[in-house]
Amino acid sequence: MLDIEDLHVEIGGKEVLHDINLHIGEGETHVLMGPNGSGKTTLLRAIMGFAGLTLTEGRITFKGHDITRIPLHERAKMGMGMLFQRPPTIAGLKLGKLLEVTSGGDLKKVEEYSQYLHMDNFLDRSINLGFSGGEIKRSEVLQLMIQKPDFVMLDEPESGVDLENISLIGNAIAKLVDKDVHIVNRKKSGLVITHTGYILDYLDADFGHVMCDGVFRCHGNPREILKVIKTSGYKECLACQKI
Amino acid sequence: MPENIEQMEDLSSTEKDRLAQTGLEVEMKNRSGSFFQVDQDIRQAASLEKGIEVLAIGEALRKYDWLKDHYWKLVPRDKDQYTKFVADQPDPRGFVIIARKGSRTVYPLQACLFLSKTPVQHVHNLIIAEEGAELHIISGCASASYTKTGSHVGVSEFYVGKGARVTSTMIHNWGEEISVFPRSAALVEEDGVFLSNYVCMQPVRKVQMAPVAYLKGKNAIARFSSITVTTPGSYMDLGSVVHLSAEGASAELLTRAITTGGTLISRGMIEGEVGHTKGHIECKGLILRDGVIHAIPEIKGNVVDTELSHEAAVGKIARDEIEYLMSRGLDEGVATATIIRGFLDVKIAGLPDVLQKQIDAAIDAAEKSGF
Repeated sequence: MLDIEDLHVEIGGKEVLHDINLHIGEGETHVLMGPNGSGKTTLLRAIMGFAGLTLTEGRITFKGHDITRIPLHERAKMGMGMLFQRPPTIAGLKLGKLLEVTSGGDLKKVEEYSQYLHMDNFLDRSINLGFSGGEIKRSEVLQLMIQKPDFVMLDEPESGVDLENISLIGNAIAKLVDKDVHIVNRKKSGLVITHTGYILDYLDADFGHVMCDGVFRCHGNPREILKVIKTSGYKECLACQKI
Repeated sequence: MPENIEQMEDLSSTEKDRLAQTGLEVEMKNRSGSFFQVDQDIRQAASLEKGIEVLAIGEALRKYDWLKDHYWKLVPRDKDQYTKFVADQPDPRGFVIIARKGSRTVYPLQACLFLSKTPVQHVHNLIIAEEGAELHIISGCASASYTKTGSHVGVSEFYVGKGARVTSTMIHNWGEEISVFPRSAALVEEDGVFLSNYVCMQPVRKVQMAPVAYLKGKNAIARFSSITVTTPGSYMDLGSVVHLSAEGASAELLTRAITTGGTLISRGMIEGEVGHTKGHIECKGLILRDGVIHAIPEIKGNVVDTELSHEAAVGKIARDEIEYLMSRGLDEGVATATIIRGFLDVKIAGLPDVLQKQIDAAIDAAEKSGF
């Protein structure tokens, strides 16, 4: 699904991601962990193709196509999607209007999915304006359910979400990455940033990666990695010689 | 050029389309009355609603002597050269709408002022809503497709009685060389509500106006909304002024402005003259291509217990908003247009659906032409 080779990324002339290599196969869900400011969100933004960062070296291949230089919206059209940790507020643009556009006018689907995520009362509201943490995440998941990406990147989907909403969001996200489909037939892939690991209760992840200071420090079983971080913190990862 | 336009039906389809863009229903569907003036000729003045009269102003002044107490009482004759010009006309044109006590329009009344051949069109309108009446007016002003130059000068005086509710929605569709000078004022009595909406998305050489509302009765409300797109070569100087002169009175001035190269001056003035009054001005502007948006919000409080505020913001669409929509699969052009459409998408509280739809349609038309 996704191949990243020797990727180097700069922001404002300073290299923030160094020599990143990552392979995510079809039907796989990967987890990305690491301390604040380690470059996790930057990696997601580089894969999605956002402006403001420069890819100085390396290559990103998606579904067999080199997408390193192609624009953001074309990557989205090819089947990439992203759940934002802190999406912008767009005053005036109603959530329902955006979903109408992205669903190609399929209002029935918009209605069905928004009811499922308890967002039907938000369709007439400006996107993210005055939304609580949980409402923002439900809106993000709703947009992705309509978009139906083959590869979805989730930037801290559980942050700011209360316990009641986490199962709703967790189950919806599990569907986004085909967790309700038998492993043999699973086609959709995901890359999830998490600090707490709560989302892993809903989402069996196949691989885990730890990023520190813009480099991968560790690859392995996500549950094992999380256990180490929970008991010893990231200093254990930084000291680890096993890489 | 058509020789005789007797009724709206006589207009060519091009002209009908131009009028339709201002919200006028040529077939009177969903309308409860109509006034139609081409240049200086009044073609139609009729109301289908009981308790509501639509008359040509000359006829009305002859018919009802008491109208002289309303005629030129809110807008001074000598306010400026334009009011003087209208006052100097021996035979006034325009309409009078009288909504008797307790009457209400289910559908809006439409007033169509069409500039065809004359260099200067002048009108003087009186709108009187007696106690408890509810009146919704949509004025569509347009020039013929073949009319390249000309001016329109309109004086309007609104009397909103006790507990009455008047909405006035004006959608303009002028030509590139047409200049427009509306002069309006409203008097709002106790518990009265006056909503004034202005929409102009098409080229015009110059529009200059600053309607005034005098909130003289307790708990009177005035709300002015203006949604405009200023195109290259267009100059719009739009303001609204509200005097909060009675306890409980409140006002809101809302502007959504886009420039694609023209100049827009957005003035707003709320004066809190007595206690327990409130006013807020909100002006948001988007500069899509180099042009001018000049917001001049003014608030003036004269007593302790008046709450006045304003917020104004002028700028471009934030890059992160565009990229957010692009990450959902919209290309840059569609993402930008979707955000602009949202920016202009103001739902005006208290406005009948049929009029809100008319405003939405005017914005849709501007969206289709790519702003």
